[in-house]
Amino acid sequence: MRVNPRFTDALVRHFLNLQAYFTVGLLVVIVFIIFIKGISNCSLSFMLTYPEDMGRHGGIFPAIMGTVFLAALSIVFATPLGLGTAIYLTEYTRESRLTTIIRFGVESLAGIPSIIYGLFGFIFFVIKLGMGWSLLSGALTMTIMILPTIIRTSEEAIKAVPRNLRIVSHSLGATKWETTVKVVLPSAAPGILTGIMLSIGRAVGETAAVIFTMGSSLRLPASLMDSGRTMAVHFYILAREGISMEKAYATALVLVVSILAINILAYYTMNRVIAKYS
Amino acid sequence: MNVKIRTEKLTVRFGNNEALKGVDLDVCKNSITGFMGPAGSGKSTLISLINRMIDFEDGVRIEGGLSIDGEDILGTSVDVVGLRRRVGTVFAVPLPLPRSIFENIAYGPRLKGINKKSDLDDIVEESLKKAVLWSEVCDRLHVSALKLSGGQQQRLCLARTLALRPEIILLDEPCSGLDPISTAKIEEALNELKKDYTIILVSNNTKQIARACDFAAFFYMGTLVEFDQTEKIFTNPRVKQTEDYIQGKFG
Amino acid sequence: MSSKTAVLKERIIKQVLTVFAFSSILFLFLIFAFILVEGLPLFYKAGVNSIIFGMKWAPTKGFFGIFPMIVSSFLVTFGALIIGAPLGLGCAVYLAEYAGKRQKMFLKPALELLAGIPSVVYGFLGVLYIVPFIRNFVGGSGFSLLATSIVLGVMILPTVISISYDALMSVPRSYREGALAMGSTKWQTTWRVVIPSGKSGILASCILGMGRAVGETMAVIMVAGNALKIPGSVLDPLRTLTSNIALELSYASGDHRMGLFSTGVVLLSIIMVLNYFANVVIRRKVIK
Ligand SMILES: Nc1ncnc2c1ncn2[C@@H]1O[C@H](COP(=O)(O)OP(=O)(O)O)[C@@H](O)[C@H]1O
Ligand SMILES: [Mg+2]
Repeated sequence: MRVNPRFTDALVRHFLNLQAYFTVGLLVVIVFIIFIKGISNCSLSFMLTYPEDMGRHGGIFPAIMGTVFLAALSIVFATPLGLGTAIYLTEYTRESRLTTIIRFGVESLAGIPSIIYGLFGFIFFVIKLGMGWSLLSGALTMTIMILPTIIRTSEEAIKAVPRNLRIVSHSLGATKWETTVKVVLPSAAPGILTGIMLSIGRAVGETAAVIFTMGSSLRLPASLMDSGRTMAVHFYILAREGISMEKAYATALVLVVSILAINILAYYTMNRVIAKYS
Repeated sequence: MNVKIRTEKLTVRFGNNEALKGVDLDVCKNSITGFMGPAGSGKSTLISLINRMIDFEDGVRIEGGLSIDGEDILGTSVDVVGLRRRVGTVFAVPLPLPRSIFENIAYGPRLKGINKKSDLDDIVEESLKKAVLWSEVCDRLHVSALKLSGGQQQRLCLARTLALRPEIILLDEPCSGLDPISTAKIEEALNELKKDYTIILVSNNTKQIARACDFAAFFYMGTLVEFDQTEKIFTNPRVKQTEDYIQGKFG
Repeated sequence: MSSKTAVLKERIIKQVLTVFAFSSILFLFLIFAFILVEGLPLFYKAGVNSIIFGMKWAPTKGFFGIFPMIVSSFLVTFGALIIGAPLGLGCAVYLAEYAGKRQKMFLKPALELLAGIPSVVYGFLGVLYIVPFIRNFVGGSGFSLLATSIVLGVMILPTVISISYDALMSVPRSYREGALAMGSTKWQTTWRVVIPSGKSGILASCILGMGRAVGETMAVIMVAGNALKIPGSVLDPLRTLTSNIALELSYASGDHRMGLFSTGVVLLSIIMVLNYFANVVIRRKVIK
């Protein structure tokens, strides 16, 4: 029997539609579970108090601060490096063997899994450079890990700036650097910001690369050389060692909500740019 | 005759394509010199040599000489950024920077290190007045320049160039996209400006050249066919090609 | 500023930017150098065969066999692909070919958000929902190849979706219009014209999804059961290369630690091969 192509067409359409909504449904279910199970133990005081008894009681204040410190430091290190690389690739050089090599480096870094970053950060920063398990070791490891994201998004944002703006700036007697800083970067800022926010999201959610470099001390890090714990690491330890499921869910809630908020913000910043140029 | 810009056997090649072929031309101080000729005849190329914007093109080979006030400007040791502050440019399409009217005009002066508000206020006002735009925008200087009409944007670009206090102003078909009223305003501004500046106006509208320019140069396929006072070119051209072009027989 | 200092300043800036641009290469070099330096000596000491094909991992007793982990890593990767690829490709096709503009504006960001959920959260929910489900309704302890494949299958979705979506979107409109004009239905057009034209990008999305799966650590530790043998069925527990490193790194020392770096060397090699293939596939498309 020959199947009517129109019938197949309708069937496939419904099937694909189902797949798409099923996948979005997964996201909804994940967030829903975390929310329902976490909300009863998640309060302002949970976020602002110190944990007691390994986290069985009390809050997650040091973990929140550890996350903020780690993310902030990695961004502070990675943004100049990544933005500088993007500026070099787009404004200061032409496509050549050299840029191919640089791009190869960036792409390769992007493909390396986080546990390898953990291994590397552990042997290089923690052991060889003697930084120990510390905020600094963690931040430097994270810096390398988020560098490709910052480079790629910045490069795309910079490339989208119309060439004419650069021409005008030069014709008014600006140097290349002045043109870059005063004309190109302001126009590319939303795209660059998107990359930075996506990177923050990554640093906040990362575990494997952080746990072996920043350690998992529950104390609030007082200096760059102190160990500390991010929310993701704290959550992992709570869950894996079965310390407290209630606290684990509550921590997951804070973690997931922050990441979703950062990502949604990044998405809308990006859309503003696309709207601006199209 | 007081020579401001002089070219000597100026030849430019893009790959195998000769855009200018041995051009010898003297541009006079405090006058408006018109460049005319069909598309592709090399007018823009010559302009981009004078402000060295040609540096942004690939595969260019230049022979011959080009000097301003007797000083060579093609050499590798020339201070290009300084040169571009002495030579202002207005492009064919209005290209305001995505910032306010005020900041567009203050862009050049700020690069030179002028940052005092009162100084900038003066420069902005003076430049806008010279570009015949002041009365239309004086009450909304901090509005985005992208909100202006095309004709206003082009005059803003002229004002922005004037704010550099340049010696030379190059205008490459500045009126090609504008309505007759805006065009008239730009011509009005230029006529005032020539007292203080040396101006080159590229236009493929021969009537505009006749109206606005003191001297006129006719280019054809990279060659400077004829160069003389506007009156002579338009009443009594020496070369047949020039006459044909002016009468609209080609181009 | 005088022009001389301006020129000097420009030159310095360019040099600084050049250094910045080379930092990525430098980091890549450092990562390789340190992992190789720590991981390779053991290959000499214990022998390549006894590590790569060795069945027994007892690093404190001098056994460094990681063959079961290599096999397990491949098994979970293919498991993830079997579960994630059809679903991901279906989503990509729906997004690229069927979804209306407004639907897309909602679906696309929602699907991208899946990538933002941390691996530990996936692992946690896997332990609490998928593992017990398998234990109660399918069999075994629940910590298994099946559970790991399901969790990883979901985790690779964003990679598969976004890259194959881009591939489908880059198929020229005229191809579709041509087919539709000949009277093909939407699905015939998609199946016979659009998907074949985008197939190298789709393939690349699967390869990169595999890279994601083979490198995933925290979620795998939580649901895989971490047993040190080759799983005999989908319901058996297993330990991947990544979990091996993460489980033992915090307390290992001496040869034991070196063994973990040797595991890292193998993992890194697999990743580089996958990235290489993804690149070849993508580049082939560009040349065409
Ligand atoms: N960037 C470039 N690359 C290659 N050829 C060019 C370039 N710019 C101009 N040309 C060529 O140089 C010749 C002169 O162009 P142009 O100076 O723009 O003429 P006009 O401004 O008189 O229309 C043309 O043949 C044009 O194709
Ligand atoms: Mg031209």
